[in-house]
Amino acid sequence: MIRSSPYILQKTTLQQIMLKVIYALIPGILVYIYFFGWAIISNLLLAIGVALITESIALLLRKRPLKPYLSDGSAILTSILLTLAIPSIAPWWMIVIGVSFSILIAKHVYGGLGYNPFNPAMVGYIILLVSFPLEMTHWVTPINMIEHTDKLLLNITQTLQYQFFNLLPTHTNIDAITMATPLDELKTALNSSAKTVSEIKDEGMVYGYIGGIAWEWLNIAYLIGGLWLIQQRIISWHIPIGFLSALFLMALFFGTDIDQSASPLFHLFSGATMLGAFFIATDPITAATTPKGRIIFGAGIGILVYIIRTWGGYPDGVAFAVLLMNMLVPLLDYYTQPKVFGHDSSPKE
Amino acid sequence: MHTMWSGGLKLKGYKTISNQQKSITAPIPNTLIIPLQQHIGQLTHPVVQVGDKVKKGQCIAQSKHFISAAVHASSSGTVTAIENHPVAHPSQLATPCIIIKTDGKEEWITHHGTSNYQQLSRAELRDRIGKAGIVGLGGAVFPTQVKLTPPSDTRITTLILNGAECEPYITCDDRLMREQASEILQGMAIIAYILKVPHVIIGIEDNKPQAYQTLQHALSQTALFPQLNVEIIQVPTIYPAGGEKQLIYTLTGKKIPSYELPAQQGIVCHNVATCFSVYEAIVKGIPLISRLVTVTGQKQGFNVRTLIGTPIQDLLDYVAYHPTIKHTLIMGGPMMGTALSNTRIPIVKASNCILLQDTPPFEQTMPCIRCAQCSHVCPVNLLPQQLYWYARSKEFDKIQDIHLFDCIECGCCSYVCPSHIPLVHYYRYAKTEIWNKEKQKQKADLARTRHEFHLFRLEREKKEKAERHKKKKTTLNKTKTDAIQAALQRTKAKKQPTNNSDKNTMQNDPNPTDSHSQVSTPDKDKSLL
Ligand code: SF4
Ligand code: SF4
Repeated sequence: MIRSSPYILQKTTLQQIMLKVIYALIPGILVYIYFFGWAIISNLLLAIGVALITESIALLLRKRPLKPYLSDGSAILTSILLTLAIPSIAPWWMIVIGVSFSILIAKHVYGGLGYNPFNPAMVGYIILLVSFPLEMTHWVTPINMIEHTDKLLLNITQTLQYQFFNLLPTHTNIDAITMATPLDELKTALNSSAKTVSEIKDEGMVYGYIGGIAWEWLNIAYLIGGLWLIQQRIISWHIPIGFLSALFLMALFFGTDIDQSASPLFHLFSGATMLGAFFIATDPITAATTPKGRIIFGAGIGILVYIIRTWGGYPDGVAFAVLLMNMLVPLLDYYTQPKVFGHDSSPKE
Repeated sequence: MHTMWSGGLKLKGYKTISNQQKSITAPIPNTLIIPLQQHIGQLTHPVVQVGDKVKKGQCIAQSKHFISAAVHASSSGTVTAIENHPVAHPSQLATPCIIIKTDGKEEWITHHGTSNYQQLSRAELRDRIGKAGIVGLGGAVFPTQVKLTPPSDTRITTLILNGAECEPYITCDDRLMREQASEILQGMAIIAYILKVPHVIIGIEDNKPQAYQTLQHALSQTALFPQLNVEIIQVPTIYPAGGEKQLIYTLTGKKIPSYELPAQQGIVCHNVATCFSVYEAIVKGIPLISRLVTVTGQKQGFNVRTLIGTPIQDLLDYVAYHPTIKHTLIMGGPMMGTALSNTRIPIVKASNCILLQDTPPFEQTMPCIRCAQCSHVCPVNLLPQQLYWYARSKEFDKIQDIHLFDCIECGCCSYVCPSHIPLVHYYRYAKTEIWNKEKQKQKADLARTRHEFHLFRLEREKKEKAERHKKKKTTLNKTKTDAIQAALQRTKAKKQPTNNSDKNTMQNDPNPTDSHSQVSTPDKDKSLL
């Protein structure tokens, strides 16, 4: 190959970027383990395994070199993000289906790394959500809720038995171990106008200190990891800030009836908000690339998340919002091109 | 005070490898290889022949064309050949060179200068600078006398001296400013005098405090130009701070519009080393036959005053640099230089640095992940990933719409790209393709007009023939009719030739598109200046 200038390069590689994103997920994963148990670890291992296998198959079929593409870490990251977004006791085949769909269809059918217009993890998530809607609501009861409810806590063996062999301890059904997420619970309650927000708060089953009970800690952990990513210049601030401020403002603006709507903070610290803002929406391949475009891209997701959560058919809306905004990326990139130096002062050409 | 453009890189400088010791002078090589084209503009023509004895400083090639720069013998000796020889060029092309076997006597041609330059007319000064073969030594190698001749309708208000030297490793301007501060200032005064500018700003990156202080000191010592307001400003060390439009913006807050020259905004920019050469040419009468070259990249680096035409091998030998297969030899800096495959290539006026680098390990190129790191650092605010996309798919119209030709090839984008895509390589490719297409189009247009003209002529000849035939016929017929009719007909026939000759002049009319004058593309012109 002809070498041409520049002859010095920054040391950062794709692999390092992906690795740092994975490191930034560690606080979130630890909190996840605390509230929802160890099953997430086996899920992650399974997902990574499936990701590597499907990625290899796709690369072989497409006659691409295995080593550089397998070691870039992108497939692994996709599988981790998808796994973190679905319930911890999801059966093994859901993970296999979700991850292989992400990698084979959402990524490689569109041309592989760098060419996929839609966030692969979110495509996988949506496929699971529409195919197995029930299983996707099976979030186990968070550890801090067990004593306040009549719910059961599965140990790791019991969890694995359920995930791999669909076996639950005798006289137990799935409802005995799972409960709706705070977003879900709140939405159902408010939609049926059964209770007011303050009543729900008093029951102590939905609201934590600032956001959704248990989920707020998860969100804080993702927020910390995300801030570290910004500090490391792996992601830029534009998308998360656009996302979070739009969501906050929407909740503020449409939530004037505080007895009938979730507070802005509740929106920020519930569900997949922080995971979405810092880790999913920031996927560079499927996001807008210009600074302005990224702010609009993030804000669009924030607005859509609020709309879906409040008026839509799903308790959370990050995945749909991200995919919808993915569609607008070419437009955003086109209309937000920065002014080129020397083209801004006088339009003389 | 300075304003900052967006983007750019904080690079490790590696400057101390070579800027800690005084500059040294390379010995006279046995052979000088002096290219006829060391500047941007018209090729020069040799004025010596093989076998001629030449003296040091003797003009050996020149051009009548205004945008050109004379070439001189850097030392005395005999012309042994005028032939194609490889020079530093991305494609390692061979270009015509004059080869001189030196005799080591350093016999000078008679030359004289004057420190009373204000006695001379500005035209005379420009002419002397042109005859001395001075070009911009910052790397652009644009003939200096051209830059000193702004269009009559523009008034130059600010002269900027570029002492930024923003590329890593290179320190020749740094050393020159430390060692020849007063000469640089005198050269600057000459340029300021020619341009009639009242205000000079010298821009130096803040990683060269000694150069800054030396120049400040020299300025306070020199009382040459009381009417001249000279400022020395330290600019932040952010690559590419020394890019012409970047530096102008930093120092004056003026953004030079794309497709405009700084002169149109009343600004002219010269490199500090160019000022030194102007001083030498005017005050001492010495043409541009040597320059300071940074030789660096290994443990110890040097700044070497080197005769133009010295083979790089001689220079490397002199500083005991031994390139091996594990090294990359670069002319220029690591960000914008040219890799050399051959050490027989000569030092030319543009050669500010010879960098012998350990070849870094090969990095696998991956697909673009649209991370926009590249656009974040682009000093021109371009969208490098988009340029890359269009260059790859050869969408040359679209790539120009997003301003490919504003790219200064600084390399910032390639430097940061985590996918290690050789972005600048793609831009150069696209630019070359577009230029070639442009040239081909011009040729095709020419051919088409010729063809159309040919058809037109055939058609016309056919018509004329038919007309003549008809006339003949009618004339014959009419003779049979009455005399008056015939007389009328004759007058008509007499008129006919006049019409014909009209058409003939049309044929001789030079077709405007048929002209052979080589019109270069506006973009190319822009990049030249
Ligand atoms: S830095 Fe490289 S990978 Fe990132 S957007 Fe630019 S070209 Fe693509
Ligand atoms: S090489 Fe061109 S596109 Fe890349 S950073 Fe420099 S000016 Fe921008």
